[in-house]
Amino acid sequence: MSLLTLHEASVEIERKPVLLQASLSVEGGEMVAICGPNGAGKSTLLKLAAGLHKPKAGHVAIHGRDLKTLSSHQRGEAVAYLAQERLIAWNLPAIEVAALGGLHLGQSDIMGRAQRALDMVGVGHLAMRGVADMSGGERARVLLARAMVTDAPVLIADEPVAGLDPDAELLVLERLRERAEGHSAVLLSLHDLSAAAKFADRVIVVADGRIVADAKPLDALTPDILREHFRIAGQWIETENGPLLATRRL
Amino acid sequence: MIRSSVLIAVLIVALVLAVAFAVSFGETVLDLAAYGRAFTDPSSGEAAVLWQIRLPRALCALLVGAALGLAGAVMQGLLRNPLAEPGVIGVSGTAACAAAMAIIAGFAAIPGAVEVAALVGAALAGGLLVVVGARLKAPEALILFGVALSSFSGAATALIFNLSPSPVASAEVMSWLLGSVANRSWFDVMWVAVALGISAFFARLALSGLRMLTLGEDVARASGLPLAQLRVWALLAAAVASGAAVAVAGVIGFVGLAAPHLVRSSVRGDPGRILLPSALMGGLILVLADLATRLIPTDQELKLGVFTALIGAPLFAIMAWRAAREWRL
Repeated sequence: MSLLTLHEASVEIERKPVLLQASLSVEGGEMVAICGPNGAGKSTLLKLAAGLHKPKAGHVAIHGRDLKTLSSHQRGEAVAYLAQERLIAWNLPAIEVAALGGLHLGQSDIMGRAQRALDMVGVGHLAMRGVADMSGGERARVLLARAMVTDAPVLIADEPVAGLDPDAELLVLERLRERAEGHSAVLLSLHDLSAAAKFADRVIVVADGRIVADAKPLDALTPDILREHFRIAGQWIETENGPLLATRRL
Repeated sequence: MIRSSVLIAVLIVALVLAVAFAVSFGETVLDLAAYGRAFTDPSSGEAAVLWQIRLPRALCALLVGAALGLAGAVMQGLLRNPLAEPGVIGVSGTAACAAAMAIIAGFAAIPGAVEVAALVGAALAGGLLVVVGARLKAPEALILFGVALSSFSGAATALIFNLSPSPVASAEVMSWLLGSVANRSWFDVMWVAVALGISAFFARLALSGLRMLTLGEDVARASGLPLAQLRVWALLAAAVASGAAVAVAGVIGFVGLAAPHLVRSSVRGDPGRILLPSALMGGLILVLADLATRLIPTDQELKLGVFTALIGAPLFAIMAWRAAREWRL
């Protein structure tokens, strides 16, 4: 049984349809990238999967159970969510921000877990530093550590590598990959299509509120799809570091 | 930076000293023998000065300040905004307007009616701010909405004066609106103490929600906390505390702004751990401010609300300047 399932789920925001009949499933041990142009509906899809949008039609299920039948606590235990907006209202130390991921779920040794999560994304040495005194990239990694602090079987991350330097981007994607290999279902949105092809098991392409492709990365991000939905001409090149997409504007 | 536990201990000691000083200072100068009589003879004039005038006044200042400090810290956590203060964003103004309405309408004779009116006004304003706050992403926008609410409640209060048939009642309301803890009784002390206790209980229930809201609405909702319920607890905590403060002491601005601001670094910004130090700091500020109004030589005693506004408004401007940079996170 899939860990995360969306079945013909639609979302309306202020009476405008923004996601139409989206169906997908993510197994444990799988990392799936959501790709698409700006405004395509990627964040809406991820918020729907995290239970932040109520589907107008269709349903979302975790472990086969409809999300709306779960209590908020059960949902929090099942799904960890990283928002696209990197809001941290107060200048808390990084370790306390990371600990917020599991503090209320009764996690044992939460500060130890928070420190390990910070170490994992390469900011363990900044554990006691206030987040307002960090760079944007460092803050992004602290927030990712917060999402990874629990053992939630489903991890949903909205553009987790936006604004990161290449080294940090690779580190974060490797950690998410390891998370998936530890039998979690990882669903994330990415704009870096080469990174999606390298790290994800599958790519789901979203355009105009619809899922237009759901396949292995190079089968989903075909030249036709790139031309039609991303409005770019793209060619995949195999390199020793993985597939690389060479692009130009149409 | 002082550790929060050390800060709490220091604040408690400072509060005891400040109250002792406030009680020992006054127009009637008491020598040691007079203090002796005050402690041994309950029917003496000195006992009346000490126990019926000065101590209730000092304790009222302490408790009202603590209520405002707590309400400010809760509102700031709830709205994720260091400038969210019951006075600035219209909660106190709406409470005052509702209480003024009750007084002009002649309900002042009914025990508790003005207090309940102030609470209802504070709850309405708080509820409105939370509803609007959920829709406005930018903290500046919410402050502007709060300023609008504050202006509207001010205008409504002015309208009450305008249409009031009795100049005596108007003068009574005006004097009360300026904010003071002079001539307060043990009943007032008890009322605000009970309200502060209830508010602290609600704030305790809301603690985890206030912490999680640090990371924004979506993350807090996805975290597994019953956010809607926690928001109601937080709102009740802020409304009960600020409503009780307004009912007992009129409009006293900026204490709810200054108190959390002064202790925030010692709790490293934690919106949960800030609540107790903020309440203690609020109490200390108001006891000292009330003492200052009595010490500054003027023909008419300075009103406490006027004094705190004169000191607090420039502080607000400085904080707005600093906060504007922090919001660029």
